[in-house]
Amino acid sequence: MITYESVGHRYDDRTVLDDVTLALPEHRVGLVGANGSGKSTLARMVNGLVRPTSGRVLVDGLDPTEQGAAVRRRVGFVFTNPDSQIVMPTAGEDVAFSLRRTVRNRADRAARAAEVLAAHGLEGYADHPAHQLSGGQKQLLALCGMLALDPDVLVCDEPTTLLDLRNTRRFAEILRGLRQQVLVVTHDLDLLADFDRVVVLDGGKVVADDAPAPAIRHYRDLVA
Amino acid sequence: MNPLGLYAPGTSPLHRTPAGPKLLGLMVFVTVVVIIGTVPWLAGACGVAALGYLVARPPWTRVWQVLRLLIVLAVLVGGLQLWLVGLEPALVTVLRLVAALAAANLFTLTTRIDAVVAAVEHGLGPLRRFGVRPEQLGLLVGLTVQAVGTLAAIAGSVREAAVARGAGRSPTAFAVPFVVRTLRHADELGEALAARGIGDAANDAANDAAGDSGDTGDTDGPADHRAPGAAR
Repeated sequence: MITYESVGHRYDDRTVLDDVTLALPEHRVGLVGANGSGKSTLARMVNGLVRPTSGRVLVDGLDPTEQGAAVRRRVGFVFTNPDSQIVMPTAGEDVAFSLRRTVRNRADRAARAAEVLAAHGLEGYADHPAHQLSGGQKQLLALCGMLALDPDVLVCDEPTTLLDLRNTRRFAEILRGLRQQVLVVTHDLDLLADFDRVVVLDGGKVVADDAPAPAIRHYRDLVA
Repeated sequence: MNPLGLYAPGTSPLHRTPAGPKLLGLMVFVTVVVIIGTVPWLAGACGVAALGYLVARPPWTRVWQVLRLLIVLAVLVGGLQLWLVGLEPALVTVLRLVAALAAANLFTLTTRIDAVVAAVEHGLGPLRRFGVRPEQLGLLVGLTVQAVGTLAAIAGSVREAAVARGAGRSPTAFAVPFVVRTLRHADELGEALAARGIGDAANDAANDAAGDSGDTGDTDGPADHRAPGAAR
């Protein structure tokens, strides 16, 4: 459960988020809004990458500002650009890197990493140079790096922006099958069609909060 | 493509040697090569490095990549030295360079970065009591190696963009976007590492080391409760 309690955020005199109050118990939640509407900032607060300047955020009752490490163990985060998320040269090593605190033995770690890769459409890629993977495979790898940690919540910030249609569908398919609570920031409205709830932000405020169809309709009206 | 080459999977004895001893061996080899200054011995060192390649059997394309780089370097450096200081010193310099670079590349080809990072962490473990954080240094080694490839890729795409705009020769058309994109990459990488709990892990380790004077090898703390592999 992710809760925002009158959360505000400002850079100098520019208000990014203005008094946002939300309780998100749903399994799959989408965040949409124009560029600069504050949706990425809202998402980054879930694991303490950005701290609110007023109000507070709670993840399962923990405040990311105060208990950052504990919260980040519960929250996985997938960014837009997989190139900056992949830190090791091969796919297997990168997933193993996520596991180095939790699985001490190196052979076990490599085996576990291969399992995670295989479970998400990257079977046999453990020894493959990470930067020679296709864009879609790289994003899957970034996702594997997070899922290996078995978080309770997965936040994705425009995860499909750099992907083609096929890979976008594949990514959506994987998200659909996750046990994790998923919070997705996106401009890809099709991705949200079967979500439980969609929140629309505009100018740092929540302007719609509904089932996908009506929420997306509101967003389209906003742009028109 | 990364000019340093990367790990080439294999099962040779060199692949199977643990990273720690191999890294130590490489350091000794390079030190010896720097100290000895006679042509026959250095030629012998080059032979040892070449023998290493025969044992490891990396793919020929990868060997050729290195060889090409070494030849260019040898001709450039050797030519300059020959002109400045004469035949023997030129030979010494070139052979020294070739032996050291060939051995270092062989290490890269036969060793996973993951294993290097683990070896560095393990090797520096005893320094923990002096405030050194082996995890941080291990990660630093891994990221440094990665950075070479990343910067090469950024340079490549920036150069393409400059050429596309007809500014292929302008140094600023290259330098400005290169620096901007490098800094941006650094920002994104920092966020991604933070999201993977990297800074946290260091803090956990430091807290555990402070609170637990006994076995400093186990620094997992609360992470254990959430270990996906804990069931095994």
